[in-house]
Order: sequence, then C-alpha cells, then structure tokens
Amino acid sequence: MQEKVKDGPGSEFEYVGTRPIRPDGVDKVTGRARFGADFALPGQLVGKVLRSPHAHARIRSIDTSAAEKLEGVKSVITGMDFKEQTSEFIPAGEMMVNYKDVVRNTMAREKALYEGHAIAAVAATSATIAKQALKLIKVDYEVLPHVIDVVEAMKPGAPILHEDMYTAGVEPAPKTASNVAKRVEFVLGDVAAGLKQADVVIEREFTTQPVHQGYIEPHACIASVSEDGQADVWVSTQGHWIVRAHCARLLGWDVGKVRVTAAEIGGGFGGKTVVYLEPLALALSKKARRPVKMVMTREEVFRASGPTSGAHVRVKIGAKKDGRIVSAEAELKYQAGAFAGSPVQPGAMCAYAPYDLENVKVVGYDVVTNRPKVAAYRAPGGPISEFAVESVIDEIAAKIGMDPIEMRLKNAAKQGTKAAYGPKFGPIGMIETLEAAKSHAHWRTPLKKNQGRGVASGFWFNIGGETSVSLALNEDGTLSLTAGTPDIGGLRASLCMMAAEELKVPLDKIRVQIGDTGQLGYNFLTGGSRSTFSSGMATVEAARDVMKEACKRASKLWELPEDAVEYKDGAVRPAGPNAGKHNPMTLKEIAGIAGKTGGPIVGYARINAAGAAPSLATHICDVEVDPETGKVSVVRYTAIQDAGRAIHPSYVEGQYQGGVAQGIGWALNEEYIYDAKGKLENPGFLDYRVPVASDLPMIDTVIVEVPNPRHPYGVRGVGETPIVPPMATIANAVANATGVRFTELPMSPPKVLKALDEARAKGTAKI
Amino acid sequence: MAKHHVTATVNGDAVEFLCEPQETLLDCLRDQLGLTGTKEGCSTGDCGACSVTVNGRLVCSCLMLGVEANGKSIGTIEGVAKGEELHPLQRKFLEHAALQCGICTPGFLVAAKALLEKHPDPSETEVRYWLAGNLCRCTGYDKIIRAVMDAATEMRGA
Repeated sequence: MQEKVKDGPGSEFEYVGTRPIRPDGVDKVTGRARFGADFALPGQLVGKVLRSPHAHARIRSIDTSAAEKLEGVKSVITGMDFKEQTSEFIPAGEMMVNYKDVVRNTMAREKALYEGHAIAAVAATSATIAKQALKLIKVDYEVLPHVIDVVEAMKPGAPILHEDMYTAGVEPAPKTASNVAKRVEFVLGDVAAGLKQADVVIEREFTTQPVHQGYIEPHACIASVSEDGQADVWVSTQGHWIVRAHCARLLGWDVGKVRVTAAEIGGGFGGKTVVYLEPLALALSKKARRPVKMVMTREEVFRASGPTSGAHVRVKIGAKKDGRIVSAEAELKYQAGAFAGSPVQPGAMCAYAPYDLENVKVVGYDVVTNRPKVAAYRAPGGPISEFAVESVIDEIAAKIGMDPIEMRLKNAAKQGTKAAYGPKFGPIGMIETLEAAKSHAHWRTPLKKNQGRGVASGFWFNIGGETSVSLALNEDGTLSLTAGTPDIGGLRASLCMMAAEELKVPLDKIRVQIGDTGQLGYNFLTGGSRSTFSSGMATVEAARDVMKEACKRASKLWELPEDAVEYKDGAVRPAGPNAGKHNPMTLKEIAGIAGKTGGPIVGYARINAAGAAPSLATHICDVEVDPETGKVSVVRYTAIQDAGRAIHPSYVEGQYQGGVAQGIGWALNEEYIYDAKGKLENPGFLDYRVPVASDLPMIDTVIVEVPNPRHPYGVRGVGETPIVPPMATIANAVANATGVRFTELPMSPPKVLKALDEARAKGTAKI
Repeated sequence: MAKHHVTATVNGDAVEFLCEPQETLLDCLRDQLGLTGTKEGCSTGDCGACSVTVNGRLVCSCLMLGVEANGKSIGTIEGVAKGEELHPLQRKFLEHAALQCGICTPGFLVAAKALLEKHPDPSETEVRYWLAGNLCRCTGYDKIIRAVMDAATEMRGA
C-alpha cells in the first residue's frame, strides 16, 4: 500500500496535489445544491417542537388534547411515543452512546434537564397552525433547583440531575448519587519523582466557556413513513448511517426499513453527528401518514443542540533549566451538559500528546449540568486541555529564558515516542512543524507598538473506521463513484482525484455522489477527520478492483492468462513476454466488451480503514491590544500543519484557515451567558458573535507533508487539528504584548481591560 | 387568515404568489416560488445567508415581509449566472476554493455582486467590512476575500 508514498510534495502525481474545481462547485455557486431545508414532498406537514422554559423541572403531566383538536393539526407526540431504553453504553464509532440518555435527550420523559429540552412536538398543515398548537399543550412542571457551572455541579449538595448517577472509575464505588459521571486517569512514569528534578515548576488554573459549532445551516430534515412502515429521511447530517441506527433503535423499527439520504450539509464541525429532529419527524409522520418537515430556528440551535464543553483545568508542569519537561500533570473538569459524555477522555489523552515525556499524570472528570448535552466539536476535548498545557509551557519558556519553539523542540514527540495514553507513534510531524515555524518569516518580523507574538502546538488523533465505496464502469467508459461519508468541505473532489490518479483517466470522466443508506454497505460518519482518509482508501481499493476486473475481461478476449495482462497508463495491455501482442484497450473499449465477457464492471471496497495517523500543528499569531478598550485584534496568523499528503491543497488550506477562525472566536469572544434561572441569554448570532470578515486578517498556511505510511497516498486527516492551537497561541501572544497571562476564555475586551488595569496598578503591565 | 396577492419581478421574470401577512420575503422565495438557493441561517438578519437585492439594494430577505415585495424587482442567487456563463464572482469562488460547505455561498455572492456594482475597485478592508454581515463558519474568510478581489480585478478589465 505504500508504493505511492515518496518524499516531498506530490509532483510525481498527475492529479493528487493539484487544485481542480470541485465537482459539486457549480451547484453551490448557483443555488442549485439542495441542503437539508431545501427538500419538499407532496402533502408535507410542518413539524414544530415545544421546549422546556425551565433549566430543571419535573414533568408532572402533559396534556396535548387541545392541540390535537386544533384544525390542521395532524399528529402530536411526547416522550411517551418512544420506547424506554435500558442503560448500557454501546460503541457507536468513536463515541459510546447510552440509548437511555439518547431517548431522553431526543424528548424529555420524567424531567426537563435544560432550557430548550424538547417536551412535545406537533405536525400541522402550516407553520402558523403548528405554532398555535404548541401554545395549547399544557405541561405541569415542578421547577427544581438547577446547576450551570461545572465546579458548582461537583460540590456536595449541588442539585442532582440524575438520581441514579454514581461516579464511575473511583474506588471504593460511591454510595451517593453525583453529577460526576466518571473519572478517567492516564499515567506514565511518576510525576512526584519527576517534580523533584525540576528547576522550575508552574501551576495554573484555567477556565473555558462552552462554545457552539456555529454551522450556518440549522438542523433540518424531512421524513416520510408509509402505511407499511417503510421510512425515508432526507437530512443534513455528518452520518446518515448513524441517523438510521439511532432512529431505528429509538422507534423500535428494523434498520432495513429506514432509508436515509444525506442532503448537502451546511457545516457540522461535529454538531451533526447526533439526532435531534429526525426521530421526531419520523414519529410524527408515522402518526399523520404524511411527510413531515422540521427545521430548527437559530434560537433552537443554540438552546438545544451542541455545544462543546466548558471546563475548569489545572495544569502543573516542572522543567529543568535546559527546557526539558520532567513532570506533567493535569486535572480536567469538563461539563457534559445534561447527560454524561463530555469529551474529557480525548481531552485527557491529547493534553501532553505532542511531547515525549517520562512522567505524566492526567485526571479527568465528566460532569453533568443543566445545559444542552454537549456534542462533538472539531477535535472534541483537545482544544481545552491543550490550551492550558501550551499556555504553561509558554510561561515556563519565558521564565527560563528559552525560545518557546526551542523548548517545544526539546520535548517534541517523534516516531517511536510512547504517548501517555498508550500507543507508540509512527512517523509524526511535530518536529517538522516546529522547524517550519522557526524558519518562517513571520517568526522574525519585528512587532509594532502594543503588539505581541505567540506560538503554540496542537495534536489530534484522527480516526479511520467502517467505510464502503462503489465505482461503476459505465457503458461508455465513464465512471460513477459512490461514497457514503457526507462531503462537508471538498471530499468529492479529493475522492475523484484519487480515483483518477489510480485509473489515469481525466477527472471529468468520473462523476461522484454521496450514496444513501440503501445504496452502499455501512459507513461510519464524516468525523474524526476520517473522510478523505477512509473513503479515499476505499476509493483507491475500488479503483484497483475495476482495474483488476478490466484486466480479467481483456485476458478473456485475448485468451491470455490473467497475470499476463496489466493496467498501465490508463489502458489494459498484454504484459511480460506477451507485450505488444495486442493493442492496448482503454476503459471505454473494456466497457464495450463488458456485457459479453461477464456483465457489468463495478469496483467495490468495504473496509474498516485502519492506520489513521495523528496530525500535528504549530501556529504563530501576532495580536495588537488596545490599551484603552482591552480589545484584542489578531493582526497576523500563520498555521503550519502536517497533512501527511494534501490531496487537494486548497481544501487542506481551507481546513487550516477555518479551524483558526473558529479558534479565534473561542479565544476572544464566544461564550454562553446564562441568567440566574439557568436561561441562555444570547441564543443568536447578534449576541453570540462568531468572527466576521472584518475581524480577521488573511490566514497564512504552510502544509507540511510527513506521509502516513498506512494510507496509499499518505493522507493523515487534517480537519480537526487546526482548532487546537489557536487559543494558546493567542493567549501567549496577549501575554507577550501586555505582560498579563490570561487563564480564562474568552479574552473579551471587558476582561482584558480589567486585568490590564489591575496589572497597571501593580506595575506589571507592559502597555 | 386571508392571504395577500403579491406580484413582483424575480431575476427578471414576472411572478405572483399568495402569502400570509407575517411571512417573510425569504419564506415566499423558498416556499411559494421554490427558489431555495436563498438560505435561512438565523431569521434575525445576523448571518446574511438570505441576502437578495430589492430594486438593486442589498437586503436580508428574512427581515422583509413578502407583501412588501409587491411591485419590486428582486434579485437572487438563481439570477446571478447569465445563461450558461457563470458570473466572474462565481467562477472566482470556484477557482479560489472560496467555499467549503457552501451554505453561506449564495449570500456572499449576492452581497459581493452588490458591492462590485457600486464600488468596482474596493480595498481588502472595504471588502471585509461590506461582507461583515455575511457569516461563514468554514473558511475563515481568507479565500472568499481573495476571490472577491480577484473577480473585481477581472471585471475592471485590469
């Protein structure tokens, strides 16, 4: 599988490494592309959800009778329309799910656990009628004390969300219920012994706020269930096989009865890996016997979906004067929202992953609070723990008077390093990104007044997983490629390029589509930076399957043994001693003889893609801090990351730039603001302000390529790592500019100004 | 509730539709006229995904009522290309890979076209401020800004 992996950029390839126009591009610049809310079916109804106004309340009763009687209302559902599920954690790809929680998050049963929690839903002939019907549903709530903050939720006496939750992972097993779902721990060596060798020890506590994925397209779907129980769903999702699995389970239907089609998806970033509306639309459609379309408002997206965890993190690092880290500790408290399952485990695993260390101890806590259940968000868990670690490393480097890039180089993980979370790394690009940062002009350019520069690195695992792809040779020699991982940012272009590279056929002879759940075997979702890696690997395998079959067909025609025929330079040719005996046959000619030599030619790959490899990044950022207002502006940014191999460099750069922009929002401005009653006060883009074009500079990128030997073209997966370094990079730059170390996100103007004023009073401020 | 009869011009074509008084122009374009290229991202005028032009002026169609479109000339993403030929902005967005998921793209193109019609030679800062009402969560805006600047250069014949 490694024959294509050579040193240096992809110049040895005809298509890989070039920048063609994406195949789905024209549809997306003309308005033709159909996203989740763009589908319509004859006779469709509009579905709307009634949501809890309380952060925590027992539901004594729900009376839907008046709503059901309203003219135009065709069906009404509550949590009781879904089967109870037993409590057991079931592997669902990279996450574990507990259907007891999934069914309750889809629609509340005995309690509403956050403001916005779905309580009931209606389907009606118009949106106006559906909204009127929601007002007619009477819910008798017993309002309970609530808890929003993660540290408060861990204290004895805090309001308990789940009376049956006992902290897992502690000995002896606790006898009282708690909001702490579990404790995790990763240990390597002996941190106490390491600390004794340290010349410098720094310990800091950090706070980060929950941030929303902020995809511009709200959740949307349309579901249709026929009288004989066959169901169809068209939905904006990162994984339609996952939607199928969850819906079938929650509704108690056969998986095979449910067909899910992935619409074009308007951003996901991890937030569209779970179900919200889909089971409701199916249940409403089944009752009404009509298609039901449901679209969230932006306010519902904020109140009821995502975000990622807010957290409290303590980091303690000891180092020698020469920069070598001898002891590395972290304690992570991640809030999970209303149900267990924060990304504290990956956060704990990532915390020190970029480094080759002897003594590491990371402890994590998964804590429920009265907020929406967190969903994956781009490298889930990593940005939080790595923000804290990279901030402390920066502080230590400053204290021992060492260049922060040199200090990282001194400790960098490399091939053969044993990570604290278990594995030994294969080839990884930590050193390469640091060297690229060191030699980048950005690192040496003089700063202006009130400016500071920061650097930080980041790590993300990347995953593979179950994947199916088919590649049909059409009767005129063109090809139809069908993949099953939704394309969010240029996947179809990359798959076409890999297929064209294998087959040596022009790109425009391959049409690529994302197939529905009835067209392919199982596909895990687009997440974990896996789609170009896994579907790419499957596409290469399917293309090789086509080539092999083409050779077989020609060998029949030529009456030669199969191994006396080869596929080379876009044609089938006699090989070895038979070379030149017959004219080469192109795929078009092979397609012409397919019928009489055995029937249609279809390449197929069904794999569990193994060998995904981590991607490491180092970012450099310059900020300018306004001494009067505390506003931090990012004035220059450079993102350097190991892609393994960039199939389509423009879309790799796009991943780097997009992750950086989200990271800048996380660092400087984005946060959830709750009132005393546990109600979200900023559920809209005006008050939850994501970066806009005028907030940002151009974002420079450097693609480092340390090929992944386990992928036919060296791909690692690039989508998630870019959001890991920005928070520390910016905090380090702000510290460099102001002399003040910020340990609390976001670094918004009021907080920065307050800290500057305090530092000025003490005489420690640089501006 | 009695519906209102609205006649308007959309992308040069005469159209008529019935709408409820509270329905937005965005709802009418998408649900009554089947023009789903204009997107709904927030319905509060904060994201720009629903950008259209009304008598040549850039507006968020989620902030305007359908009935207010009566007698007006509306421009949407579906009218940006001319026949088989893409608008230079559309071509440049593709060449620069200025879109990832593509949900914000129609709004950006309509807004950028309105800018270049008014101001054919904008600076990078002017482009960034004009497009500050259009949110993109995928790209970090870098490639969008480059595409708009490049299209402006081409359109000026420079």
